[in-house]
Formats: sequence, structure tokens, C-alpha cells
Amino acid sequence: MILDSKIPEGPLAEKWDKHKFNVKLVNPANKRKYDVIVVGTGLAGASAAATLGELGYNVKAFCYQDSPRRAHSIAAQGGINAAKNYQNDGDSVYRLFYDTIKGGDYRAREANVYRLAQVSVNIIDQCVAQGVPFAREYGGLLANRSFGGAQVSRTFYARGQTGQQLLLGAYSALNRQIAYGKVKMYPRTEMLDLVMVDGKARGIVTRNLVTGEIESHSAHAVILATGGYGNVFFLSTNAMGSNTTAIWRAHKKGALFANPCFTQIHPTCIPVSGGHQSKLTLMSESLRNDGRVWVPKAVGDNRIASDIPEDERDYFLERKYPSFGNLVPRDVASRNAKLACDEGRGVGTTKLAVYLDFADAIKREGLNAISQKYGNLFEMYEKITGENPYEQPMRIYPAVHYTMGGLWVDYNLMTTIPGLYATGECNFSDHGANRLGASALMQGLADGYFVIPYTIGDYLAQNPTARVETSHPAFKEAEQAVRADVDRLLSINGSRTVDDFHKALGLLMWDYCGMARNAEGLQYAKQEIRKLREDFWKDVKILGTNEELNVTLEKAGRVADFLELGELMVDDALNRNESCGGHFREEYQTPENEALRDDENYAYVAAWEYTGPNQQPVLHKEDLKFENVKLTQRSYK
Amino acid sequence: MNLTLKVWRQRNSQAAGKLETYQVKDISPEMSFLEMMDVLNEDLLRSGVDPIAFDHDCREGICGMCSLYINGRAHGPERGTTTCQLHMRKFSDGDTITIEPWRAGPFPILKDLCVDRSALDRIQQAGGYVSINTGGVPDANEIPIPKLIADKAFDAATCIGCGACVAACKNSSAMLFTSAKISQLAMLPQGKVERKTRVENMVAQMDIEGFGACSNIGACAAECPVGISLENIAMMNREYISAKFTSENV
Repeated sequence: MILDSKIPEGPLAEKWDKHKFNVKLVNPANKRKYDVIVVGTGLAGASAAATLGELGYNVKAFCYQDSPRRAHSIAAQGGINAAKNYQNDGDSVYRLFYDTIKGGDYRAREANVYRLAQVSVNIIDQCVAQGVPFAREYGGLLANRSFGGAQVSRTFYARGQTGQQLLLGAYSALNRQIAYGKVKMYPRTEMLDLVMVDGKARGIVTRNLVTGEIESHSAHAVILATGGYGNVFFLSTNAMGSNTTAIWRAHKKGALFANPCFTQIHPTCIPVSGGHQSKLTLMSESLRNDGRVWVPKAVGDNRIASDIPEDERDYFLERKYPSFGNLVPRDVASRNAKLACDEGRGVGTTKLAVYLDFADAIKREGLNAISQKYGNLFEMYEKITGENPYEQPMRIYPAVHYTMGGLWVDYNLMTTIPGLYATGECNFSDHGANRLGASALMQGLADGYFVIPYTIGDYLAQNPTARVETSHPAFKEAEQAVRADVDRLLSINGSRTVDDFHKALGLLMWDYCGMARNAEGLQYAKQEIRKLREDFWKDVKILGTNEELNVTLEKAGRVADFLELGELMVDDALNRNESCGGHFREEYQTPENEALRDDENYAYVAAWEYTGPNQQPVLHKEDLKFENVKLTQRSYK
Repeated sequence: MNLTLKVWRQRNSQAAGKLETYQVKDISPEMSFLEMMDVLNEDLLRSGVDPIAFDHDCREGICGMCSLYINGRAHGPERGTTTCQLHMRKFSDGDTITIEPWRAGPFPILKDLCVDRSALDRIQQAGGYVSINTGGVPDANEIPIPKLIADKAFDAATCIGCGACVAACKNSSAMLFTSAKISQLAMLPQGKVERKTRVENMVAQMDIEGFGACSNIGACAAECPVGISLENIAMMNREYISAKFTSENV
């Protein structure tokens, strides 16, 4: 298989404009003859469904939640980047592109990232026009703040609820199309299989989560916008329902899975407090604009924060990275927090935490100013920990946040299956081995509002308008397979709960394929995951029937897929004999504990092909070409 | 902590429901309320009893999916808090806690503690948006918005759509929810073009869905986990009357 990225010819800055001119168009009268399925209604899915509806296509949109407004994009806190240069501080499309390529540790495609930076400017205009209430200066113009990995202020925000406001903007655009009848919305519905006819994606099989009904939906093209798979770790900052099922089942139908082991660990999460915990909560990276990260200088210093004098504190990020300070990228901040805790200098009862301290900022700007900026985040912290962060520093520790891997897509965001697209977090494309803050919201909306509407037209224009009926044997076959899977799960009636298996998998993933990995641990994890998977299919306990709202059954299907994906993540991590971004192999590091890349041998996208149950997947490589940016040792000093 | 829970169990929207009593042991005060429910569900599952269905997702207080009537209060006893952000340190050892679903005609029960809130989506679909197509919009800074207005619009826009306001209201009124979106868009220049049709259509949809009228008790705002203000209802009423007097759609 040859991976053709379909990157347009020509100078970087002209590629997208040229491509937009070269793609085939569907004339307005013909658009209504095409049906498009969108799975997921977060930023990428809602924006795509709304925009395709506006253009005149017939859209069916699906989400597992009770309303599209609940997609996990809503939880994003800090902001969205755009190269507007409203601050006159030296920003430009090229600088946003450069920061993102460098931030991703040179493992992303230049052309995609440049396009992302280009359309970032339109995203802000679009959202403001929708009535998204971004933060404003007193003069009425938009406010900006800075974020990790950048030295300019290019992040637009709506207090600590930027994701919420952007999602509600996209949700309102979606609602408008639902009201017009151009989008048909299917909430509480989960995609369980992809249907292919003549080698092309032609529909999906779903389960109605209330009635258990297995249904087929046919279309001319399918867009997956299902978010990330961080819940493979059990504990992560993802919503409880976030899963890999749709993309994993598409992978099993032939879509290659790229860079699965690239997991972003976010440095500022509320630390784990005990074994009962169901998920982790992130504290926005924007807090690092004013909060100072520190630990005691001495090992085993058990005094409370206020009793530790200034000269006995180690502000390790400011010390090691003077020009970026607390605003170094997430992978760097996370790794250094782990290092401090590994040295025995962690704080709090578990010693797996570092301080994020606002005392200086409160002294400098006053309590009011700080609460204006971060009030809701401080409240959230207090609710969860029972401690008041205005009076004592927050305790934070890194946690699984975003997955940079996902389905392999070309420049048009099409997977290796014709007619199947992947947008937003569920594709691999724009963030390389690490994602900078405020870039996920940007990619979701860029893909949905400004990329897919052009590129999908190119595909549809070249394919006949004839519909495939859901009575087609391919649909019947897929429905039967889905039913058989559900029946198999329900018939096991074992002794261990789904959460038991999920927690065991999560622990393996975190210990051996988490913030730091090594070959020995990965090999061990691979065997253990296989064993766990076998046990799952023999011993999992699921009660009830298919024909009802059955939460355990839903979870079981998702965990079954995580158990397969986990092994692929381990395979991918084993294959990559280098450290880069969110992939830190302990064997490959500089004397200063920085990630040591191997550009000679690993400047490629690792795209894996599924070859069958318990078979070794086949690796395909897309070599990354850097024509505009010189690969250098990433430095934030 | 050891607790006694009385939980509403109902197989589906047709079946009759009733309160069942369960005991939970060794609950840590660090747990969230929903984590306590997870513990109970794991116990139930192991002993062969169908776990309790309840809606939840982000567990960060922002998605609006969690609900639960706890001891007669929407989202429980703590002000300004969603159920997922309510922690067990707010309860005491030996407490009996009653847990019920949202109660409102337009929110039919799906199973146990899950209700169908799609009526709220349909209210939004009746006009809770600015009719703008993708692309071809003016530069974001072309229309300055005073900070004060932007902040007020933001306050209204933070409604999470959980439905606590409806559940807390003796009339099952959805006015706090609806008015939040109406205020947000009526305050901003972008939303002004459609402000009359928006308020008329959204109010009409509330009636179609069967939500009751507001009688100014204020339980909605008191129980709202994100502090949506009653001012929004006043603003909606003003918008509505002004639209009715000057409307082009008769």
C-alpha cells in the first residue's frame, strides 16, 4: 500500500488556495442528491454537519450523548489560537505554523499545519459572527492571552469556558440546519460498524442506546469526528463516554491507524486522590500565565507550602527554561513535574504533585483581577479538593489528555478508505508528537467549517449520485456482525465487571505506555494486554438485554475495542526507537533529560494496517518532508 | 462513610417505578457523588442486580448531562454545583439520601434516573442562533462590543442546558433556560437582526413542548448550578412584549 498524502504542489503559502481552485465542485442543484453521515457532534462534527447542511447536502449526524451540545469539546477551557496579530506583537500565519510544527516535535505534515494556521483567522471571524461572546478589552475589541509553546499572545478565549462557547456556537449553527430539515440528528445513537460497498464507505450500522435497535444508514460519504481515545488509560481528562469504537471499527475495515502511541499528557491536572477515582480533571493551561510551578528544593520536605521560604523553593521551569518559563509546552512541563516527583520532591499526601502558586500574581494584580481571569477554575479546584487555591497553592500532576494519533488521513482528510473522512482529534494530522495549547479547538473548527466542505465536494463530484439502499447485502452482513458481537457479550455472564477490566488495562497503559516508556516494559505490557483481552471475552459480566437502555453493554463494547487499541499503541511505541513530544522512550534522551529525536530514521508517520484478530499489524510509513522548516533540537531555554 | 440510599428504579418509560433501598459502605469523603454511584453500581452488578442507569459524561460540571434530584434538590444540597461536582464530604456518615430523576412532564423517564431532555434542543432549534453561513463574515474586530455587554452576554451564554431549572420549578417552566439564550443574542449586535422572531418562536416552542409558565418564584435560579440569573427572564419578557407590539409577523 502506498500512502499518498496528496499534498498539492507549489509554495507552502499557496498550496491551499491552489487546491481549493483545483478541486471539483458539485453544482448547487446536485448537492441535494448527496447524503453525508457525520459521526460525533463536537467542534469538528457539529461544524462539519452544519456547514454541509448549509451547502445543501443531506446530512445525518450522530452522537452518543442525549444532545449534540454535550460533546466533550465543551470541556475545553483555555482558548483557541489564531494568527490575527491584533496585539501587534509579531504574530503571523507563518509564526503560528512554525510554532505548531516545532511544538509537535517535527512529526506533523508541513502543508496541513500551514493550512491550519491560515484558516485560524477565519475561525475567529466565524465564531464572533455567530454570537460567541469572546473576552473583550474595554474598548470593545477582542482580548488575547498567551499559551504554552508560544511567545506571542494569540489565544482568544471566553473566560475558562472557551470550548463551551465555541461548541455552543457550532451547536447553534447545527440547530439552524436541523430546523431547516437539512440535518437529521440522531442523539443517543452509537456507531458500531462501517459499511463498505465496492471498496468505498457507504454507510454505518448504529445501535439506538435507548431501545437497542440495530439500524443501517446509507450515504455517499462518511465523516468520523469522534474525538480522542485517551480513555484507553481509564483515568484521563476525557468525558466518561469518549471512546475509540467508531474509528477502531473503521480501522478493522481497512482504514490505517497512524501514530497511535502519541498521547498528550497535560501538566496541570488535579492529582489522583484514591482508587475510587473515575476520571481526572484538568486545570486550564492558561493558569500557567500567572501561576508559578515549584517544589521544595530538599527531598522529603514535608512542611506546608507557606512554611517553605522562598530560597528553599525550586521554580524548576523558570530555572531550566528562562525564556519560556512556566509557559513551556505540555510535554516539557509534564516531564519535568514527573522528574521532580521521581526525585522525591513531590508535594501533598501522595507525593505525586507539584505546586501551582498564585501568591505572586495575587500580590501583583490583586485578588479581583485574578478571580476575573480564572474564577471558575479556582472554584472547580475547590469543589474537587476541598482546598481554597486563593489561600494556598494548587497541587497539580500530569494526566492523559489528548491523543495526537488517530486514523491516517491525506491532505483532504480522507482515510485510506475512499469516501471515509476523519476530522478533529480522531485523525492524526496536525499536531505531530505533541499538541500545543489552544490548538485542538482550532483544528476541530478548521476541519469542520473550512476544510471538509471543500474536500468532500471533490470526492462527491467524482462519484455517482445513485443511493445504495440499506437492504443491500453489505448492510445486512454488517448488521448481523454487530448483532453477533452484542449477543456474544451478553452471553458470557462471567464474574468480573467491565470497569475491572478497564482499570486493569488503564494501569498497564499508564505504567508502561504512559509518560515514559522503555522497550522492556512495552514488551511486558503487550503480553499482559493479550491475556487481559482473553480473560475479558471469557469472564466479563454484563446483565440485562440488548433491547433496553443498557449502560454496561455500551461500556463493554467500548472496552473491548480499547483492549485491542491498547496493544497497537504498545506496538507503535516499541517501533519508534526515539523520543519525541508525547512519546518519551527512556532509552533515548539527552544528558539533560530532554527528548532525543532520531530524524534520520523516524521522521515518518507510522500508519498501521489491521490484519486480523491477534495478528501482528503491518506498518506503512509516510515519510515527512520538511521543505520550509529546518529540523533542529527543540529548545525552550 | 456508610450510607442508606433510596433510589428511583423504573425499567422504561412505560413501566411503573418505585424507590428501592440500598446500602453503601466505606465511602470516602473525597469521592464525587457520581463516584459513589459507581461504587454502588459495581456492587449491584457483582450481586447480579441490574445497575442503576443515570446520565453523566464530562464529570467536570460543564456538559450538563448529569441530573439527579438529591434529597429533594436538583443537583443536591450544594448551591451552584452540578451533581458530578458534588462531593461526599458534603454528607455525613449514616445519612439517608433519596435520589430521583428530574420530574417534569416534558422530560419523560427513559430508565431509572435518565430522562429525555430533547425538548430543550427543540426550543433552541426554534431560533436560538444567529442565521449566519460559514465564510464571508466580517473581520471579528469590525464590530466592537463593549466589555460590559460582552461579559453580560457571556454570563447568559454559560447555561449548560441540564434542565435543573425545569425540574426545580413547580410549573415545569423552561423560562430560565430559554431566556438565557434569548438574552445572550439580544444583547449582542450579531443577534439583533432576528431578535423579534427569535423570542416569538422560542416562546411558542416552549408552549408546544408543554413547559409551564413562570410565576416568579425563583426556584430555577436558586437551583441553577451555573448561576444563570433571573434577570434573563425579565429581559425575555421585555423582548417578548416589545416583539408582540412591533412584530412584522402577525
